[in-house]
Amino acid sequence: MDALGAMQAAIRLMVTFDPQFLQIVGLSLRVTLTAVLVAAIIGLPLGAWLALARFPGRTALIVVINGLMGLPPVVAGLVVFLFLSRSGPLGPLGLLFTPTAMIIAQTILVLPIVIALTRGTLEELWQEYREHLTSLGLTGWRAVPTLLWDGRFALATGLLAGFGRASAEVGAVLIVGGNIANYTRTMTTTIALETSKGDLPLALGLGLVLMALTLAINAAGYAASRIGTRFAG
Amino acid sequence: MHGMPTILPLQVEGLTLHRDGKRLLDGVGFALPRGGVTALIGPNGAGKSLTLRLCHGLIQPDDGTIGWAIGSGRIAGRPRHAMVFQRPVMLRRSVRANLVHALRALDFDQPEHRAGAALARYGLADLAERPARLLSGGEQQRLAIARAWALEPELLMLDEPSAHLDPGATRQIEQIIAGLAAEGMTILMTTHDLGQVRRLANRVLFLHAGRLKEDAPAEQFLRAPASPEARAFLAGDLLW
Amino acid sequence: MIDRKMWLVLGLALVASGPAFAQGTPAERFITVSSTTSTTDSGLFTHLLPLFKAKTGIEVRVVSQGTGQALDTGRRGDADVVFVHARAQELKFVEEGFGVERKPVMYNDFVLIGPKADPAGIKGGKDIVTALKAVQAKGSLFISRGDKSGTHSAELNLWKAAEIDIEKVKGPWYREIGQGMGAALNMASAQNGYVLSDRATWLNFRNRGDLDIVVEGDRRLFNQYGVMLVNPAKHSHVKKAEGQAFIDWLVSPEGQKAISDYKIGGASLFFPNATQPGA
Repeated sequence: MDALGAMQAAIRLMVTFDPQFLQIVGLSLRVTLTAVLVAAIIGLPLGAWLALARFPGRTALIVVINGLMGLPPVVAGLVVFLFLSRSGPLGPLGLLFTPTAMIIAQTILVLPIVIALTRGTLEELWQEYREHLTSLGLTGWRAVPTLLWDGRFALATGLLAGFGRASAEVGAVLIVGGNIANYTRTMTTTIALETSKGDLPLALGLGLVLMALTLAINAAGYAASRIGTRFAG
Repeated sequence: MHGMPTILPLQVEGLTLHRDGKRLLDGVGFALPRGGVTALIGPNGAGKSLTLRLCHGLIQPDDGTIGWAIGSGRIAGRPRHAMVFQRPVMLRRSVRANLVHALRALDFDQPEHRAGAALARYGLADLAERPARLLSGGEQQRLAIARAWALEPELLMLDEPSAHLDPGATRQIEQIIAGLAAEGMTILMTTHDLGQVRRLANRVLFLHAGRLKEDAPAEQFLRAPASPEARAFLAGDLLW
Repeated sequence: MIDRKMWLVLGLALVASGPAFAQGTPAERFITVSSTTSTTDSGLFTHLLPLFKAKTGIEVRVVSQGTGQALDTGRRGDADVVFVHARAQELKFVEEGFGVERKPVMYNDFVLIGPKADPAGIKGGKDIVTALKAVQAKGSLFISRGDKSGTHSAELNLWKAAEIDIEKVKGPWYREIGQGMGAALNMASAQNGYVLSDRATWLNFRNRGDLDIVVEGDRRLFNQYGVMLVNPAKHSHVKKAEGQAFIDWLVSPEGQKAISDYKIGGASLFFPNATQPGA
């Protein structure tokens, strides 16, 4: 096994548009993007609520959510697995070993990041905007659209961080997806599989593709924050 | 505005505010009829900004009343008094979007059109698409005043409108305030600049340690203050 | 007040992701099979499943795990068919009522893999028991799956056959890694240790380094595969007809031929024996 072989494998995968490879990349993106989107739909309002509401136990809740940002993917996967298994509470849905199960697991991984980041961003903005928005009658829920829009660059960076976490993880999707060929096989589970088959050049080649993807996403995140700084001051 | 309903005069009585066991305002009362420029002055910590915030309804007094001629200072659901803060709050959007946002918040019809009028009047048309937070201090203050003006208030409250500005920008802001007053808008502002009081105000409310010590025509206050605190303040003994 | 731009962005995002939600479940017929890593890693399923699908239209989704885990997946009802290689565990699975009937399908054989330098001096031997005794006596590095897989239980049985109580004598030379066959081979390759592998996975394994087959051909190294339908009486959602169709095809002459047709470098990896009594 050598680095050259890995590079060759990576380039061959990309330039030949190998249908199976494209299917794997497509599934990875579909699962992760959907998970990030669902996490955003749930997490943005929850984060906003946490930023603006005051209630007993709020600090504890914030600490728990910050802690969940470091939730090991395997644990998230195991919990989802136990719920979705035919012998689990959601068994009748028959979702285990499907892309939907992987989306659920990754949503759980991304959600704390989205909530925590939204909370932090909006709380800071609210500190700054409070008097002006109150003056305009925009308090409570009525302040949220303004705060979300004005925090858009920071929030975009956070969603990209969530995307990075979800696209890089293997533990959760392996457990709940089952790594079924042509169905729930993602880039990371393929890398794990090819490694176990000893096809290290292919595994590393896929790894390079994944890294290129991650790099592109981080570049986008950096660009977003740069534009944000330029625009928002 | 003749014949139109008005929220003025404003009748403030016995305003008292405590924070952390300290009495920040103590029985402040005054009446504010229509028209003119009233300057709230006094040493730092006297309670000037707090008085403005209480009048604008941003905080609630522990005691005392803020009485508008009509209801709660609103007509047709819209507040008829607006406030410009010492550090203008600039949303992370363009100059125009800052105006449109405020107009939409209060459900004005034709917000784009009204925003355009405000931009033109305050010489901001060329800056309309610039990010508001990248304007200079003077431009930001002009935008903040334009934004408040666009909401068609009868009473405009300004908290230290030129505190952070260079002399050129200060002169511009003072011209704007004088112009608004000349058009019949009622102005209530805090300032620590006695020259500004002389140039703009026709009435002075002098606050000291949370109490209203004097309420006098500006010219008279500056020439012959009645209270020893005001005399000391004018002499510079009690500078912030 | 609602910021129109923000809703626009959110709406666009939803529209863009619409297909992602819609694609969740294809309408075609499918069954889920829990099987061992060896059947997947060897490439056997890649060869078999398209043939089966072409004939029946049924898509087979294979979740590959260690034998113990694969049986558990069946116990929980998360698979329709279990296809593994640990005869005693399979019979217990059926006896407990989780499986309907065990049918023998094929066998492959285990091989003892070791470094070419051969520190235990066992290369070329035909007797696995003698070889294991030498490994233990010399304290040569041995990688054990340690994951309750079929291969792991076969390995434990071989220690037993060699009259070695591995629980008692194991030391730093005996490493239980708790992972699949490929991982065990990777580790043996990196550390020049001995490891028991099924031949199919070994033949498909690319990262051999200094490893080679040291012992093969002992009858005790034969490795029987069996297949079972998960009992619909325990789990009513089990796709009985489709699952049974897969099992019937595997043991049919057509399926058996497909198994023996799968070759790497001209050598068969699995030997069909569905008709052999007692397999």
